[in-house]
Amino acid sequence: MNDLVLTEYDQSILAGEQGHAAKMALSILAKMLPVFGTDRFLDISGAHIDSSLFQGDATLEYAEKLVSLGANVSVPTTLNVGGVDIHGWKDWSVPAEWAEKSHRQMQAYQKMGCVPTWTCAPYQTSHKPTFGQQIAWGESNAIIFANSVIGARTERYPDLLDICAAITGRAPAAGLHLTEHRAGQILVELIDIPHAVQESDTFYPVLGHYIGSISQARIPVIENLEYTPNEDQLKALGAAMASSGAVALFHLIGCTPEAPTRAAAFQHREPEKTLKVTRDVLRTAFTALTTTTSTTLDLVVLGSPHFSFDEIKQLAPLLQGKSRHPDVQFLVTTNRIVRELAKSAGYLSMIEDFGGRITVDTCILTSPMLPTSVKTIMTNSAKYAYYAPGLLETAVVFGSLEDCVYSAVEGRVIQNDSLWR
Amino acid sequence: MDTQIKGTPLVPGEATAPLLVSQEPLSFWGGYNPVSGEIIDRRHPLSGQFGTSHILAIPGTRGSSTTTAVLLEAIRNGVAPAGFVVTDQDTFLTLASVVADEMYGYVIPVLHITQDWFNNLKSGQKARITAEGVLIIS
Repeated sequence: MNDLVLTEYDQSILAGEQGHAAKMALSILAKMLPVFGTDRFLDISGAHIDSSLFQGDATLEYAEKLVSLGANVSVPTTLNVGGVDIHGWKDWSVPAEWAEKSHRQMQAYQKMGCVPTWTCAPYQTSHKPTFGQQIAWGESNAIIFANSVIGARTERYPDLLDICAAITGRAPAAGLHLTEHRAGQILVELIDIPHAVQESDTFYPVLGHYIGSISQARIPVIENLEYTPNEDQLKALGAAMASSGAVALFHLIGCTPEAPTRAAAFQHREPEKTLKVTRDVLRTAFTALTTTTSTTLDLVVLGSPHFSFDEIKQLAPLLQGKSRHPDVQFLVTTNRIVRELAKSAGYLSMIEDFGGRITVDTCILTSPMLPTSVKTIMTNSAKYAYYAPGLLETAVVFGSLEDCVYSAVEGRVIQNDSLWR
Repeated sequence: MDTQIKGTPLVPGEATAPLLVSQEPLSFWGGYNPVSGEIIDRRHPLSGQFGTSHILAIPGTRGSSTTTAVLLEAIRNGVAPAGFVVTDQDTFLTLASVVADEMYGYVIPVLHITQDWFNNLKSGQKARITAEGVLIIS
C-alpha cells in the first residue's frame, strides 16, 4: 500500500472517513492495483454491475455485507441480469430457495442505489455511456460493446470489483482506460467474403467466435468489411469474441469510432499477427458452435445478449401464422423495457400466439430455469452456444434466426449451411 | 532433484498439492462447478478433472467476468484449487482470492511465472508454492 500514489480523497476513504463500505471497496481495489500494472486510480463517471448475479451463498453474503456497511454507489450505475425473473420464475423450474436468495441479492444491489435495469445489454437502454467516458463495467459482452462500438473506456471488470468502483467512483488508471493501450494488435483480413454473407446476421457471431478463439485477450482489427453492420450485428460480434476469447475491445475499420483508418486503429504501429478469414474458416467456426448431429430438439432460445426491440421486430413476422411444434419450447430472453415495448407494438402477442414465451431480468445461463428434460437447445447466439454445454449440460445447435424458427415449427433441427459454401 | 522457479506473487500465500496443467485459459463461469470442483468446460482439455486439492496451472482466465464470483463460491464451498500458477497478470483469479481473504480470512496463493518455466510444468508433478513466491517442483 506504501508504493501507491493516493489522492487525499483516496486516503480519506482508506482512513474510513467516507464510511465502512467505501473503505472495504477501496481496500480491495488497492490490493488489485499492482496486478492491473499501476500505482494509482482515476475517476469514473458510470458503472455497470455484473455482481448482481447470484452464484450461491458467497455472492449473496458479499452483497449483504456491503449493504450492512452502508454502501451507496457514487456514480450512475446500471445492473446486469440477476439470478431470477422476479415475477415470472414460477413458470419455470427455478428452485424456490434459489429464487428467494437471488431476489435478496438483487434487492441488495438496489439498496446501494443502482438502477434496476436487469439487463446484459445496458448499452441499448437510455443509460448508454458516451464516447471517451471513463466507466467501470462488468459483463463481458457489455464491456466489449462499450469499448468498441461506443468508444467509452473500461477494463474487463470482474464480478465483485465492479461494485467497488461504483461505490468509490475510482478505478485503476490502467489498461483500456488509457489511450496507449487501445491500439489494435491483430489484423483480421476478410478474404473474398461475399456481400450476401457480410449482410447476414449469422456472419457476425460466427466471425466473432473465430476471432475470439485466436485473439484471446488481444485487440483485433477487422479489415475489408464492405457493409456497415447494424447495432445488433455488432452486439453479436462482440459477445461471441468475449465468450470464446477474453477480447474487451475490437476495431472495425471504417465503422467503429477509434478506427477511421487502419493506421488509426493500430495507432501507427504494426500488427503482431495477421489472421486471414476465408469462407472455409467461417464454415469451420460455424460447425464448431454446434455440439450434436442429432436432429432431436427440445428448446429454441434467443436473446444472449438480451434481445433488443429491433430483434423482436425482426422475429415477429417470421412467426406469423405459424405455431411451434408441441415438443419444442420457444423462448426469448430480454429486459422489461423491451418486453413492454414489444407488448405495445403487438409483437408480444405474436410471440405468444406462436406458442413462445418471454423471460426478463435474467437468462437461461444465469437462472436454473430449464427443466432437466431439455437436452438439446438451438440458438442464433454464439454466447448461448458457447456456454450452454458446460453450464447447462445440454447439446447445442447454432443456426440463423430463420432456421431457429423453422426448427421450432418442424420440431426437429433444420440447419442450413449454404451461406458458408 | 527439486526444481525451484522464482515467480511473482499476485496473491502471496502457501500451498502444497499436485499440479494440474493446461496451456488453455479457463473461464470459471461455465467452466468450473463451484459445488463439486469439476472442470466442466467441455471444450477445455482439463474437462472432467477436479481442481480441488490441486495447484491449477493455466495461462489465466478467459471470457466471462463472472469467473470471480464462481471462484469465490468454490472457495466458500471448499472445492477451489489449492493455488494458481499463471503466466498472465490475471485480475480475475487475484480478485477472488483478495475478496475471499476479506470475507472469510482465506487466501489462495496466485503465483505468476514466465512462459518458459510454465512450458516445463506437467500435470501430476508434486508442487509447493512458498510464501516468498517460489514454486518448488519435486
